[in-house]
Amino acid sequence: MGRNAAAVLASIVGLVMVLTAFARPLEFLGTAVVDWFNVLAAIAFVLGGANLLKMNLLKISARDAGWGYSAVTVSVFLITIGVGLLKVGAHPDPLHPDVALSGDKEAVGGAFWWLYEYAMSPITSTLFALLAFYVASAAFRAFRAKNTAAILLLGTAFVVLLGRVYVGVLLTSWIPADNAWVSWLRLENLSGIIMGVFNNAGTRAMMIGIAIGIAATSLKILVGLDRSYLGSSD
Amino acid sequence: MTFAVTILAQDAAPAAGWFMPGKGILAITLVIVAAAVMLSILWARAGRPIRIRKIAGLDAVDEAVGRATEMGRPVLFIPGIQDMDNIQTVAGITILGKVAKTAAEYDAEIEVPTTRSLVMTTAREAVHASYLSAGRTDSYNPDRIYYVSDEQFAFVAYTGGLMQRKRPAACFYFGCFFAESLILAENGNSIGAIQVAGTAETTQLPFFVASCDYTLIGEEFFAASAYLSGEPDQLGTLLGQDLVKGLAWAAVLVAALLATVAAVTGHEGLASFVNGARAALGGG
Repeated sequence: MGRNAAAVLASIVGLVMVLTAFARPLEFLGTAVVDWFNVLAAIAFVLGGANLLKMNLLKISARDAGWGYSAVTVSVFLITIGVGLLKVGAHPDPLHPDVALSGDKEAVGGAFWWLYEYAMSPITSTLFALLAFYVASAAFRAFRAKNTAAILLLGTAFVVLLGRVYVGVLLTSWIPADNAWVSWLRLENLSGIIMGVFNNAGTRAMMIGIAIGIAATSLKILVGLDRSYLGSSD
Repeated sequence: MTFAVTILAQDAAPAAGWFMPGKGILAITLVIVAAAVMLSILWARAGRPIRIRKIAGLDAVDEAVGRATEMGRPVLFIPGIQDMDNIQTVAGITILGKVAKTAAEYDAEIEVPTTRSLVMTTAREAVHASYLSAGRTDSYNPDRIYYVSDEQFAFVAYTGGLMQRKRPAACFYFGCFFAESLILAENGNSIGAIQVAGTAETTQLPFFVASCDYTLIGEEFFAASAYLSGEPDQLGTLLGQDLVKGLAWAAVLVAALLATVAAVTGHEGLASFVNGARAALGGG
């Protein structure tokens, strides 16, 4: 019963969302549903926070592998919430200087701003920078010339990479640029052809397939054919 | 036909109508896709055979979960890093249900870290339903499906650490991924796990192809639930998708021919038609 009701509700809301994309009088409903989702997601934050605390406290109490990281996570989580809620170090609002907690917690100079600027942001940048090493190791494996397809991939990648750096341009600079019969052989042009024609065609073919797949999957949910995301009715 | 003409006519005079301007072609496309999919479902329900090509990545699910069971290691499933309003997450959760059922049958432990608490709740429901249908509710542990962080790289840091500590034997990545895709997949590769990935993010596909054993490319990802279920209704949707793809292929071919003829002959009317069609479809 519960599962059927949820499926019907999902169908109705989904249909309304489809109609809001086309019917001008229903446009306001689309915005309203997005607002409802945001409210729901905000409430779910509490659920997420509680789950984070529970899982990490369990790990600490059981002294599981990596429990030290859990201790750091819980500490930082509580510190960030405390700093944000109490607006530690935030300057009072100039319009209401006598009202407690009237300042903006994210204003420059506050503890919340400091945490973001000097802890969160550098850590995120560091992790993002690690991607370079992962790209190197993945490329080393992917570009090993072990069969014909891999050799083709390696050759194509080599041409594209060379065509995008000055050395590549320099290597084939002796090919006349004004002769249409041979100018495409210059590495920068060859790289452009590979990316603009072959790569673009492949990507667009994939995107057409993806778009149709998304439409079909949405339709399955709208008509209630796919209810696996609703779980069990028991 | 009348419907299409009405919509196109309203497109021409957007201010007066109830129909959103510039959405005529999209509406017609939507009707064609819906009709093709629904007719194909009816075709499949009538018991007509539908042949579906093998998707190696999905056939490997049993092998990967079986390997995890033999090695006594967990199965890791990541349903992307977006919320439930993203269709890729919904598709990922559907596949999670199938993987969880296999894990329940094999008595393998499945671990699902999530970046959104709504995804956590939905994943719990899907996994619980799978354990129930496998008759193994006693083995279901909701604490193995949990929330980590909304932050992309905080999630990656946690999941990378988890992989190195617990060394899952099978890693599944099905959903919407961005820059974290390669970090996750390379970590999984470094611990020797069998890895299967699927996403509709074309920019992340090369990373998954380079690091995973099997990758579901684009539409294969959305076909996965139908492929794994084998139900006629679900398989019918695949036939519908193929029909629409055939139409798209024909439209591209005709448009390319017309554009070529217009360019070679310099026919102004034809060139104007091609440019109009391109603009109507949102092209530059």
